[in-house]
Amino acid sequence: MWKWFHQWGSPPHFYRRAGKWLPWLGGLFAVFFISGLVDGLVFAPADYQQGESYRIIYVHVPAAWMSMFIYMVMAVCGIIVLVWRMKMAEIVLISSAPIGASFTFLALVTGSLWGKPMWGTYWVWDARLTSELILLFLYLGVIGLYGAIDEKRMAGRAVAILAIVGAVNIPIIHFSVEWWNSLHQGPTVTKFDKPSIHWSMLLPLLLMAVAFQIYYVWALFLKVRAELLQRERNSRWVEELFRS
Amino acid sequence: MSTSALLQTRDLACVKDDRVLFEGLDLDLEPGRILLVEGRNGSGKTSLLRILTGLSLPESGEVLWQGVPIGEAGPEYYEQVTYVGHHDGLKRDLTALENLRLAQAMGKPSDLDLDQVLERVNLYRFGDNFVSTLSAGQKRRLALARLIATEAQVWIMDEPFTSLDKASMALFQELFEQHLQQGGVIVLTSHHDIEMPDQDVLRLDLSA
Amino acid sequence: MKRLSLSQAFAFILRRDLLIALRNRSELANPLLFFVLVITLFPLAVGAEPNLLARIAPGIIWVAALLSSMLSLDAMFRSDFEDGTLEQMLLSAHPVPVLVLAKVTAHWLVTGLPLLLISPLLAMMLGLDEGAYGILLLTVLIGTPILSLIGAIGVALTIGLRKGGIILSLLVLPLYVPVLIFAASAVDMASGGLSAMPQISMMLAFLFLSLSLSPWATAAALRMSMS
Repeated sequence: MWKWFHQWGSPPHFYRRAGKWLPWLGGLFAVFFISGLVDGLVFAPADYQQGESYRIIYVHVPAAWMSMFIYMVMAVCGIIVLVWRMKMAEIVLISSAPIGASFTFLALVTGSLWGKPMWGTYWVWDARLTSELILLFLYLGVIGLYGAIDEKRMAGRAVAILAIVGAVNIPIIHFSVEWWNSLHQGPTVTKFDKPSIHWSMLLPLLLMAVAFQIYYVWALFLKVRAELLQRERNSRWVEELFRS
Repeated sequence: MSTSALLQTRDLACVKDDRVLFEGLDLDLEPGRILLVEGRNGSGKTSLLRILTGLSLPESGEVLWQGVPIGEAGPEYYEQVTYVGHHDGLKRDLTALENLRLAQAMGKPSDLDLDQVLERVNLYRFGDNFVSTLSAGQKRRLALARLIATEAQVWIMDEPFTSLDKASMALFQELFEQHLQQGGVIVLTSHHDIEMPDQDVLRLDLSA
Repeated sequence: MKRLSLSQAFAFILRRDLLIALRNRSELANPLLFFVLVITLFPLAVGAEPNLLARIAPGIIWVAALLSSMLSLDAMFRSDFEDGTLEQMLLSAHPVPVLVLAKVTAHWLVTGLPLLLISPLLAMMLGLDEGAYGILLLTVLIGTPILSLIGAIGVALTIGLRKGGIILSLLVLPLYVPVLIFAASAVDMASGGLSAMPQISMMLAFLFLSLSLSPWATAAALRMSMS
């Protein structure tokens, strides 16, 4: 385990390994994404209350899951950065941020698209949407802070601290927003969290969730590789890479 | 590995903006040693001093205080080190004495008479003056007076002689020599040459 | 002689910062003025209809408190950063989080506490239900230290930046959301004659959490900014 951790922590090793994985990840993503999409849009039955428009949950819910998951990944990377000062963790952290922000944005857009037929308006201050909006601000804070600091090692440590502080706060923010929402009841209660969901509706949801996970790893590897080349442009292994 | 050294560096490396400033740096500073760090602008003089104080972290390698990495030595080390950087580290809205008292309180316990400290740097009459009313040279002298007030064993100074006149420079070189005789260690960068017996002065040229 | 104990070191820094603030008396009023000004803008913008103002008063007061405390954050470490005393603080033989806590306390006493004194006046001007004054004061008393503690992390992260102002608000405001929600809702409840205890206890929990975590995060961030 430690050896494995150590190997992936070395930039040239990561660069090569990630490069080998990329086509496989891309293929797997395509398989899951297409089957999830077809299953969700074509085969899954329509909802007896919401009709066809509920189908957007196949994008919305996995995107919302990913938006939380990626922030947690960033916080874990943050701890690794502060404790072991590992360069790879810095790069994974900062490369995750834009991907996480995109998923958050996607969750917001799909959420409000779903809101139009349900509530008759694109935006309601629903608990989940509001939490996602604040999460988006947290992501933008990480990206903004990293961009503002010129010295990249310093910037890496700064966003590590910020990601951890944010991760401690997310449950509190989430909880307070839920609370707030229950006080000021919106036009309708969210129908996303159904107590029971039929498996024929659940299956495409899970397929899409797996597809999004694979997409994250794929996009992360691409970004990390680019960031590595940029950061280590003066190092020997990058030079060898481009000579051959 | 000489055990008498107070402050040591082992295989120290510093990288700034993807440029290696120095690497594989091994230093051993015994009591009574003064290290003069030389080099062009941007050659890593300030970075080295800040790594020695623990303000900055080296890319690799470590700084040892009496054989213990400074991160582990913690307060033991910080009691014994005083750093005078580019900034004087003085509060404008406090008097000279208040500033020294603060420096003393943050360091190791001491009941040194601060009026005497001021006298030694020729600021005796200025104890109750606000720092904002002092001249640049007086502020620098007051900043250097922190070295005496804290009774630290290690003095680390970044360009200590900036805005000092000839007389003050001579005064401080005298203070440095006394400090070395009492078994202190000094690390400094300076554009001015220091006039001290060569056998005590260790020179490190980072441009080379 | 013994080294100063933790509480002595804390008291030393606290006294020093208060002394400096006292010697710059003219700056003391600024956050307070800002607070009053923002609140004055609301009746001008939404109309002076008493029922409306009374209903939105808890929200207005708390949004204004949030903004005012955020704007005064930068002063917490700015002058220490510029004159090099922050550097000296990191090199002190005392644990940095304790010194940080002293600085945050001093900052709160100077910028947060005055809000406490003036908020009843503003509540009166907005026509807030009189039964809610006590809870309003309580939320300001518990809430503003949380804002200072969270804000300290943000300032410490951005202190070295040339254009830290906007990015600081981007970092700090989302983290202020729970305080805003609980505080405003507590005052809202109280003005409706209901119990605000759940919100108050939630805020107390949040205060203790930030008291115990923020000084460490701030110290780590300062070390990062100074390196």
